[in-house]
Amino acid sequence: MAQATLITQTSDAGTVLHLQGRLVTAALASVERQFAEFSAASGPVKVDLSDLDALDTGGAWMIATLQARLARDGVAIEIAGCSDARRELIETVTRALPDTEGEEAPPRGFLPWLERLGHSTSRFGKAALSLLNFIGLVLHRLMGTVLRPWRLRATALVSQMQEVGLNAVPIVALMGFLIGVVLAFQGAVQLRQFGAEVFVVDLIAVSVLRELGILLTAIIVAGRSGSAFTASIGSMKVREEIDAMRTLGLDPIEVLVLPRVIALILMLPILGLIANIFALLGGTLMAWIELGISPGMFVTRFVENTDVWHLAVGLIKAPFFAFVISIVGCWQAMQVGGSAESVGQRTTASVVQSIFLVIVVDAGFSVFFPEIGV
Amino acid sequence: MKDIAANQPIIEKPAAREAVITVRGLRTQFGPQIVHQDLDLDVWKGEVLGVVGGSGTGKSVLLRTIVGLNRPTAGDIRVLGVDVVNGPEKDRRAVERRWGVAFQDGALFSSLTVLQNVMAPMREHLNLSHGLMKSLGELKISLVGLPPLSCGKFPSELSGGMRKRAALARALALDPEIVFLDEPTAGLDPIGASAYDELIKDLQASLGLTVFMVTHDLDSLYAICDRVAVIAEKRVLVEGPVSEMSSVDHPWIREYFTGPRARAAQDKR
Repeated sequence: MAQATLITQTSDAGTVLHLQGRLVTAALASVERQFAEFSAASGPVKVDLSDLDALDTGGAWMIATLQARLARDGVAIEIAGCSDARRELIETVTRALPDTEGEEAPPRGFLPWLERLGHSTSRFGKAALSLLNFIGLVLHRLMGTVLRPWRLRATALVSQMQEVGLNAVPIVALMGFLIGVVLAFQGAVQLRQFGAEVFVVDLIAVSVLRELGILLTAIIVAGRSGSAFTASIGSMKVREEIDAMRTLGLDPIEVLVLPRVIALILMLPILGLIANIFALLGGTLMAWIELGISPGMFVTRFVENTDVWHLAVGLIKAPFFAFVISIVGCWQAMQVGGSAESVGQRTTASVVQSIFLVIVVDAGFSVFFPEIGV
Repeated sequence: MKDIAANQPIIEKPAAREAVITVRGLRTQFGPQIVHQDLDLDVWKGEVLGVVGGSGTGKSVLLRTIVGLNRPTAGDIRVLGVDVVNGPEKDRRAVERRWGVAFQDGALFSSLTVLQNVMAPMREHLNLSHGLMKSLGELKISLVGLPPLSCGKFPSELSGGMRKRAALARALALDPEIVFLDEPTAGLDPIGASAYDELIKDLQASLGLTVFMVTHDLDSLYAICDRVAVIAEKRVLVEGPVSEMSSVDHPWIREYFTGPRARAAQDKR
C-alpha cells in the first residue's frame, strides 16, 4: 500500500514524530496535511525514522521542509533512527530546497490590463513594421534578380512551380467545378421565379470571372502553399539551416524566398484561369440539367454578353494575391523561434493572415475597378 | 496507484551485487544489418556503468532496446526482475516508472516550461496536489543545479548544458531507481562536463541510483564510472573497472584506453 503514517507523541521532554510505512512520492498525499498542520509550540522535536520502510526524495523533501519551517520558528529538530544513506539524502534535499517560498500570482485589475493591451499594440506595430521591412527586402532582391537574371535559381523555381502550380490543379479544378454547379443551382431557383432563367449565364460569368474564381483559388492556395512555405522554411530555421546558409554566403531570401514568390506569382493566374474554366463548365452542366439551357445557348449568350474585362479584372488581381500569400508565408517562417511549437503557431498565423490580407486586397480592388470604369 | 507504490524506489542496505539489468543473448537487427549478436550484460545495483564503443557500434541502440524503444530480434532483457521484451504489458508499464531516461539533446517538450516538463510525468502517474507537485518539481530542478529562475523558461531559451540538466531533472521526476543517460556530456565545455559528472556522481550517491551511461567522454569514464562495458564486434567485449581496461589485449580497446587522450584523463585523477 502507498501509505505512510505519522504518529505524534507529546510529552514534557518535547514532541516525537514517529514515521511508519513508506514515505515515498506516491504516498505523500496521505501525510501532506499532517505535515503542513504540524506545529510545535515548544521544542525540541524529534523525528523518528527507525520504523520507516522506504524514503525517496519526495519523502526527504517533506522532512526537509518541516525542518526548515520549524527552524524559522526557532524550534530545534532532531532526526533520529536513520541510516547514513538516508541522512545524506535528507541533507542533499535540504541543500537543494529552493529558497523562494512561492512566487506572486500574475497581477489583475485595470492597470495591468491596460499594460497588456499596450504591449500587444506595440507588438502588432512591430510586426507590421517587420512585414513591411521584409517586403522591402524581397523587392530589393527581386530587382537585383531582374538586373542579373542569371542569379535566379532556375531549378528551385521550376520545382516550386510544379509544387504550387501543377500539383494544385486537381483540387483547384474540382473546387471551380463545384462553385459553378452551386451558383447555377442557386441562381436557377431565384431566377425561375420571374422567368429570367437565361440570366443565370450572366450571373455565373460575372461572379466567377470577376470575383469568385480567383478569390477562392487564392484561399485554397493560401491554405495549401502558404502554409507549406511557412512550415518548410520555418523548420529549416529551427534547425539553424538558415544561419548555416548565411555563413556560407548564401542569401536565404534569394535561395528560399524568391523562387517561391516568383513561382506563385507565375502560377496563381494560371490556377485562377483553370478555376474559371471549370466553374463555367460546372455552370453549363447545371444550367442544362436544371434549367434546360442547352450548352450551345449558354456559350452563345456567354460570348455575346460577357465583356472580356470581366476576365481581365479577375486575372489582374491574381499576381497581387500571389504576392501577399507568398510574402506572408515566408515572413512568418522567418519569425519562427527555436521550437517545434513555434513552427505550428507560425503556420497557423500564416494561413489566417494571408487569407485575411487576400480579402482586404480584393476589397480594395472592388472599389478601385468601378472607379476606373471597368 | 498500489502497483506504483509497491515498486517505488527504496533506500536500503545495498545487497551484494544484485543485478538490476540483465541482458542475455541479445540480437538486434535492422534489415540485413546486425547491430548486436549474442550480447550479454549485467548492471549491478548502485553502480555507474559506462558503455563505450566506436561510432556506430550500437551503444545508443542498446540503451534504446533496454528501455523498450527498439524491439530486439532475439534475446532476453530483464530490468528489476521484469522481462521487458516478452513480459506482460502491465508489468512493463510498472517498471517503466522505475527508470528515467535523459536523451542526448534533452528531448524536452518544447511547448512546456522546464517546471511543466518535470511535472509532466508526476501529473501522469501520481495522485498528488498541484502545489505538492510544483514544490517537488522545483526541488528536482534545484537538485540538478539549475537556478530557480529557469523553472518558468522554455527549453528553447536554455543553453545546451542547461537543457541536459533539465532533462536529468525530468528523468528524476518519479524518483527512479535506474537512470539511463545517452551521451550526457557530449557538446558541453570541459568545465560544464566535469560539473555534470560531479552532479551525476553526487545524485547517484545520495539518491542511491543505478546509472547506465552511454558515453564517449574518457574524463567521465575515469571520474565517475565504477565499471565500463566495451561494445565491439557486436557484443560486450569486456567489462570491468576502467583501470583494468588498459591491460586488455584488443586493438581498439588498447588504442582507446592507452591513447594520448586516455592518458591525459588518467593523469587528471
